[in-house]
Amino acid sequence: MSSRESILAAVLTNQPSASPLPDVDSFKGGTQDSVRTYCDVFTSIGGLLYVVNDFAAISALIKTNFDTTKRIITTLPELSEPFELLSTSVDPHTFDDVELAIIKAELAVAENGAVWLPEQRMGQRIIPYICQHLAVVVPAETIVPTLHEAYDQIGEGQYGFGAFIGGPSKTADIEQALVMGAHGPITMTVFILKQADDLTVVV
Amino acid sequence: MEKQLKDHAALAEAFIRDEEHVNWHDGALWWIRQKRDIASKQIPEWEDLREAASRIKSNVLSNLHDYLLQFEANAIKNGIKVHWAADADEHNAIVYSILKEKDIRQMVKSKSMLTEECHLNEYLIERGIDVINSDLGEYIQQLDNEPPSHIVLPCIHKRKEEIGELFHEHLGTEKGVSDPTLLTRVARGHLRNVFITRRAALTGVNFAVAETGEYVVCTNEGNADMGAHLSEVQIASMGLEKIVPQKKHLGVFLRLLARSATGQPITIYSSHFKKPREGQEMHLILVDYGRSRQLGRPEFRDSLKCIRCGACMNTCPVYRKSGGLSYHNTISGPIGAILAPNLDMKKHADLPFASTLCGSCSNVCPVKINIHEQLYQWRQVIVREGYAANTKVLSMKAMAWTLSSPTSYSTIGRAGRWVLNNIPFAVNNKFNPWYKQREMPDGPKESFGEWYARNNDQTNDVNDSK
Repeated sequence: MSSRESILAAVLTNQPSASPLPDVDSFKGGTQDSVRTYCDVFTSIGGLLYVVNDFAAISALIKTNFDTTKRIITTLPELSEPFELLSTSVDPHTFDDVELAIIKAELAVAENGAVWLPEQRMGQRIIPYICQHLAVVVPAETIVPTLHEAYDQIGEGQYGFGAFIGGPSKTADIEQALVMGAHGPITMTVFILKQADDLTVVV
Repeated sequence: MEKQLKDHAALAEAFIRDEEHVNWHDGALWWIRQKRDIASKQIPEWEDLREAASRIKSNVLSNLHDYLLQFEANAIKNGIKVHWAADADEHNAIVYSILKEKDIRQMVKSKSMLTEECHLNEYLIERGIDVINSDLGEYIQQLDNEPPSHIVLPCIHKRKEEIGELFHEHLGTEKGVSDPTLLTRVARGHLRNVFITRRAALTGVNFAVAETGEYVVCTNEGNADMGAHLSEVQIASMGLEKIVPQKKHLGVFLRLLARSATGQPITIYSSHFKKPREGQEMHLILVDYGRSRQLGRPEFRDSLKCIRCGACMNTCPVYRKSGGLSYHNTISGPIGAILAPNLDMKKHADLPFASTLCGSCSNVCPVKINIHEQLYQWRQVIVREGYAANTKVLSMKAMAWTLSSPTSYSTIGRAGRWVLNNIPFAVNNKFNPWYKQREMPDGPKESFGEWYARNNDQTNDVNDSK
């Protein structure tokens, strides 16, 4: 008998009698302002956040906040003019020198500050991890209250890889001292893209 | 290398020698427990989430056979190569054969308690394969040739000066450097080079979704992803019990996991692996290693609900003051003490006794495992099977005799009080284990029984008049 068969046989013999699945569809976020909650939570976990109304504002902020003499890549055609549109087909190791990557989230979660990035949004799987700094554009209307609404929207999802990313890479392994930038990005910036007349709601 | 010759009490004795360090360890873990409390109180439905998580896991355990088959079929459909391993040796041999086929001699590994349980690193190193742990805490432990002392915080028992010394010795940093940010930057540089040059990467698995055949890996450092997305061969090792039925159930578990572990709202990275990257091979090893046996023990099977958050360790008064390495088992603390006897009852017979049975572990467990009750139940099994230490058996028998009749109880009590008051040196010495790190109390003048007998005469009248 193969290990597969013997393991399955042992499991079948030893598993207890049927226990029903609980209903989890009733879990939902409250009716609070998700954009405001997102901003509060994301900054509390060490993220940098700007509310902007167009890509020109994003481009300007990047030029002031980052070293543009270094390699800056993006998946967004709107930012391809000053920055490099990344190739989805080159060897992922070639991104080792990336200073800043700018990508766009499919949605974001107010309760924990995380953005959801299926691999199509990353360009390549390694991008949001290998860069020294990560910037993510989040359209305000894609922010959901909790992970329950997030998984509702994601559904099965047409991706081979996807990730929630909530803040810069972190470690506190040395005496519980919090250090940003363990292996991944040292900073994470979120640009919340909002219609101009709505800006006052948040800022 | 194995330290099974010494039991928890003996190993803890070495740990508590440095009182200032123990106090720091105690406080650091309690601080994490407090962060967990703050995070959980921000979720009004927290207790409902715990209940739901526990019941989802009950369903998983009751239907594990079918869920495993469903997960396997979907994972294969996604292009993942699925392997089954009955024990540690088979798991290690599978990893080795995958690497050998590709002629790979170096691998990077993110945190996986399962591969620690299997002693994978030692197995591969003996066969000429170099393995580097990429989680910073595990990397530090590997430099020091020690296992992790905590499942979430592998080197929580080390002071930064010790780590600075290790870095000086192994990575060439300046002597005396112990600043956490500086040391982390040095490790980042070294490990970046490792990630870039390794052709194979192994990760653990936090959750595997039967419905979709994908698996989720949670880290804060991003080390699992750095390894996986740069590798040509990606391997994931998972215990059978990591299955969740449907994707929507991830919402429940991911809301609980990081809040319970460190008080964060979610781990920085929650990576969902479904298909290999183009040109990449993705392997997944389903490991039993005692899990199906534990499933067959009705009073202990709920231990398989564990999602490895470490909350029970952070809250445990015994863990905080004895350190994870005292448990001489990969998974330490309360949860380790109920998992380990299933693997080797004789070797781990001491662990269920390393507890005050205060129940704090059960109160913080995100999947509501009755940890303290299982600790108590393991004690019954261990004594019945004849694995309890002789001194423990003898003292339990003496206690049973003492409590068996009012006469023996009051005689022993009188004798004890007389000794404490008249010849305290008879118990204040190194032959009395209770005297270690403790002062013996002064003996009271009389017992409660004596006091009651004396006072009862005066109250009898009152009672009689009713």
